[in-house]
Amino acid sequence: MSHVATIVVSILFDGLAYAMFLFITSVGLSVTMGLMGFVNLAHGAFAMCGGFFVVTLTRSLGVAFVPSLVIASVAVGVISVPFERYLYRRLYKSTDLEQVLLTIGLAFMSIATFTYFYGPIPKSVPLPDWLKGDVNLGFRAFPSYRAFLIVLGVALIAVLWYAFEKTNIGAKIRAAVDNRRMAESVGINVDLLFTLTFAVGSGLAALGGALAIQLFGLTPSFAVLYLVLFLIVVAVGGLGSLKGTLLAALVIGIIDTGGKYAFPVAGNLFIYAITVIVLLIKPAGFYGRE
Amino acid sequence: MKIFRWLGLAALALTVGSNAQAANIKIGVVLPFSGPNADLGHQIDKAFDLYVKMHAKDIAPHKVTIIKRDEGPPTGAVAKTVTTELITNDKVQLLTGYVFSPSAIALAPVINKAKVPMVIANAGTAWITNLSPYYVRLSFSMWHPAYPMGAYAHDKLGCKTAAVAYTDFPPGKDSVLAFKTGFEKAGGKVTLSIPMGPPTQVPDFTPFMQRIKDAHPDCLYGFIPSGAHATGLMKAYGEVGLKKAGVKLIGPMDLIPDNKLQDMGDAAIGTIVMGHYAADLDNAANKMFKAEWHKSYGAGSNPDFMSAAGWDTMHAIFDAIKKLNGNLSDPNKVVAALKGWSTNGPRGHVMIDPKTRDIVQDEHAMEVYRKPDGKLGERILGTTKAVHDECKILKVGRCK
Repeated sequence: MSHVATIVVSILFDGLAYAMFLFITSVGLSVTMGLMGFVNLAHGAFAMCGGFFVVTLTRSLGVAFVPSLVIASVAVGVISVPFERYLYRRLYKSTDLEQVLLTIGLAFMSIATFTYFYGPIPKSVPLPDWLKGDVNLGFRAFPSYRAFLIVLGVALIAVLWYAFEKTNIGAKIRAAVDNRRMAESVGINVDLLFTLTFAVGSGLAALGGALAIQLFGLTPSFAVLYLVLFLIVVAVGGLGSLKGTLLAALVIGIIDTGGKYAFPVAGNLFIYAITVIVLLIKPAGFYGRE
Repeated sequence: MKIFRWLGLAALALTVGSNAQAANIKIGVVLPFSGPNADLGHQIDKAFDLYVKMHAKDIAPHKVTIIKRDEGPPTGAVAKTVTTELITNDKVQLLTGYVFSPSAIALAPVINKAKVPMVIANAGTAWITNLSPYYVRLSFSMWHPAYPMGAYAHDKLGCKTAAVAYTDFPPGKDSVLAFKTGFEKAGGKVTLSIPMGPPTQVPDFTPFMQRIKDAHPDCLYGFIPSGAHATGLMKAYGEVGLKKAGVKLIGPMDLIPDNKLQDMGDAAIGTIVMGHYAADLDNAANKMFKAEWHKSYGAGSNPDFMSAAGWDTMHAIFDAIKKLNGNLSDPNKVVAALKGWSTNGPRGHVMIDPKTRDIVQDEHAMEVYRKPDGKLGERILGTTKAVHDECKILKVGRCK
């Protein structure tokens, strides 16, 4: 394979792995924002919480990495329910500002709490041997962990797509995103539906946070540090759209990776340039309702 | 309300009245206590606290009151606000701390106007000390480790070509320039230079590492802030397989902070850094320092090069208080008392160069290896004695 083709494949591979992380972490945020119009800036806090669950499970309790991912996602999903029921619910009819104040406050509180228990030093997790090496495809070796990210991401997309497009609950969610009042008037329990999607979204965020440990290292400030990135993915993709979030994650992940490889001097310019251009052409994002 | 005001005035009168015998010296400490680099602040703060706790009696009858403020992110904006507040509201007589170069750079006009001596405990961009006659630096300049590393990499490590990769802010550019100057003087060639994003956020390092792997230099000189970035860079370095491809990782000691080294795993083994402190450094002051540290903060907490500089910083401040008998009202006298100060601290022999107000210290080339007990450690390969800030000697760029 020619040199240039090798580089392109390599960028696509790394970009795809990065995109999968972005998608997994952001999709819950997109659906909750689309469904309830609720601005949840504490989304990153749930992701960070998932990361620390995995750290404790693997390092202190000796649980293997992959089972820890599952346990952490389910646990954070469950923990998020009382937050939604008792805190978020009160502000559904409030202004954006009040929602933002509540959720960013929660994010800061979570940072302080986790700093108290875990300290500010970045944490890492022990990976199983099969995730440590690399996969050699002949012309180039790829890190196994990145391959794992891609496989996991594709599997999750398949499951989410099926649940969203082919199941009764999925149809109800789509109906509620499209027209909430109409959905309620035909007897769909939107409140319950929202609790469910909120829990699933938070669980996925937790999974994303746990997967990110190997990429960025984990500190309590993860809760707000990468929030802008997730919000960009949601805005570019369009609120409440699974397809949109996926497309936005792919575009941002791959172009950012390629940009860093080819023009490192440009820094984060590529991410912001994409955001500006997409939102100029389509103010509601790729698949948002205008 | 009124009664409080009267009480306040009475208290003030008391302090002023007793000034002649026993001074209460207010010291402002500005360090990052929040955000991804909070642990850098804590590493220095713990050293400050430890020194004050152990040596408060040495300056009797005088006392110090430490007022701590959060330095915030590495942009300088928050540091400038809180420092101005410390000067105007709290009336501190001396400032110390400052992890980030942008903080020290942004503060220069404030310090020059307010004339409050500022003893820098970390911020390492070389030309910072030229910005104000009231700046004294106890930590290092980027050139301290980076410049000798250039010649060492070429002559001893067999690097003919090198890539440089750095976090894109003043100390990163400074460190890379220092390495390049030393490396090319020795006959090496820098073939690739990659800025790796701002210091505020740890990026996905993989694309940068891929680019370097494709360029295939003999060595990679890396600079990142010593916090969460260090772990991220090392992970990407290992994951992309640069080590397997034979690209040796070298840099200043920020690459392998002692408190994060154990988490870095096998990828870190063989990394060679230039630095002025290692936990295993063999001298009496360091043994005492480590023992006291563990006694106060537990066996799980380890001091690092920032803590060592923090310890010496407070030591220098206390010595100045003693020398001036508690009277810090004249900033010029405070700076004069600090000039030429020297000690045998945890880092070994250090001195403040009276001409530049910057530190003079030994630099050690250190290699990461797996110790017999399974932990990672650093062994010293060679030492350069009494290194000055070469940037100011060569008068490069803004060091003039």
